[in-house]
Amino acid sequence: MAISSAVQGVSTAKRQRFLRSTVVLHAAAAVTGLVMVLYLLAHMYGNYKVFSGQVAFDGYSHYLRTMGEPLLPRTGALWIIRVVLLASVLIHMYAVIALWRRMRKATAGKGGRRYQSRKNPRGVQRTYSSFTMRWGGIIIFLFVIYHILHLTVNAIAPGGASESPYERVVNGFSIWWVVATYVIAMLALGFHLRHGFWSALASLGANTSPARRRLFNQTATVLAVVITVGFLIPPVAILFRGVGS
Amino acid sequence: MIITLRIWRQQNRSDAGAMVTYRIEDVAPEMSFLEMLDVLNEQLTLSGDDPVAFDSDCREGICGMCSLVIDGIAHGPEALTAVCQLHMRHFDDGAVIDVEPWRADPFPIVKDLIVDRSALDRIIQAGGYITAPTGTAPDAHATLVPKDAADRAFDAAVCIGCGACIAACPNGSAMLFTGAKATHLGSLPQGQPERNSRALAMINQHDAEGFGGCTEIGECTAVCPVGIPLNMISQLNSDVLSALAPGRTRRPQTG
Repeated sequence: MAISSAVQGVSTAKRQRFLRSTVVLHAAAAVTGLVMVLYLLAHMYGNYKVFSGQVAFDGYSHYLRTMGEPLLPRTGALWIIRVVLLASVLIHMYAVIALWRRMRKATAGKGGRRYQSRKNPRGVQRTYSSFTMRWGGIIIFLFVIYHILHLTVNAIAPGGASESPYERVVNGFSIWWVVATYVIAMLALGFHLRHGFWSALASLGANTSPARRRLFNQTATVLAVVITVGFLIPPVAILFRGVGS
Repeated sequence: MIITLRIWRQQNRSDAGAMVTYRIEDVAPEMSFLEMLDVLNEQLTLSGDDPVAFDSDCREGICGMCSLVIDGIAHGPEALTAVCQLHMRHFDDGAVIDVEPWRADPFPIVKDLIVDRSALDRIIQAGGYITAPTGTAPDAHATLVPKDAADRAFDAAVCIGCGACIAACPNGSAMLFTGAKATHLGSLPQGQPERNSRALAMINQHDAEGFGGCTEIGECTAVCPVGIPLNMISQLNSDVLSALAPGRTRRPQTG
């Protein structure tokens, strides 16, 4: 008994060590990132209800609170989505911060800038999106807080507060600097997804050949463009085409 | 050719170190980069100075000893080329060239351009083997190896363990090296019994040495003198993740 419990203790400690390995941390960041991508696609689709007018948009907003009834209570499904998303964000941030610390330790805190020579500061082939991942993540994090305060809890209301989600959207995006902040955030998101989507698939072991590497990189570029442009069309249309006014 | 070199000089591990400029007048275009450093060292020796310490052995691109970061790129500007096979004809007459050692926390500097790469040996020790009965050599056809598996294993086995992947990695990760070693044995029938425990033991040692994680940027494969492909990292990821599935493996009890 004493021996078996000692062995048990060792393997539990080892298991924890494997679960904190760089591979598992990256897998966690990858899975949670892909969950958030799925949410983004659904969110982007919902935004286009703004072109169908106030009744359709507010009706969609109401539906999001009642979907799943009567199996789930009111806003039950929405809260499940919110909890999954919040858990994804927290796990994603925990993993990438732990990996960032390992990078700092392995490179004396300098990353790709640890050589005296300044002749090839961007290395041989690395993409712009690959070396702005961490800053992009910070911009997106700050944007999400701002976005929730603006359109979800309505704590800040540039252009005027309203009970109607449709009016909140139209009031906000009629102001140029609100649209400008969203443009900056969506560009950061696009660059983050350009490298992040490919990197997530590779971290999960899906990159099995040079042809796959090319395919995943092309898919990531398409996804990044679709999400960036797809999210920017409604606010830009409200600002310049007067949708809803 | 006249070449100006800015070389990292560092007396020992605790010395701060600095870039020092040298000028060489009689460089022939057909010299390799290391032969040019030999010429510099003869000059320094004759003038009573301490010659520049750098690693080299076979000088034909197969041993993996040479390890110089030239103008910020591991193994210099030519693709699929180790420094010993890099010739001076690829540089302009009058060029100023920066020469630095591999830089990563698990690679402490021994002197000047020489770093201690024992961390890579310890990753191999952790899982770079198969368990097989010794004795007389087995018949060549005793274990059948599919052609695809043999090719894949060979593509991984060409890794010379120089460490350029780590030197080039913005994260200081050794995943391309570790991935090549895990893919080499993991692709062959003889390597299957220990495939799961090997993946876990090697990633464990990789992390314990203080290497960073892989963010799939691809600088490693771009500087690799033998062209180890990036997908070998993905194979290691896949092996580690599937080994962690419940009931998949007895975890190694040592290491």
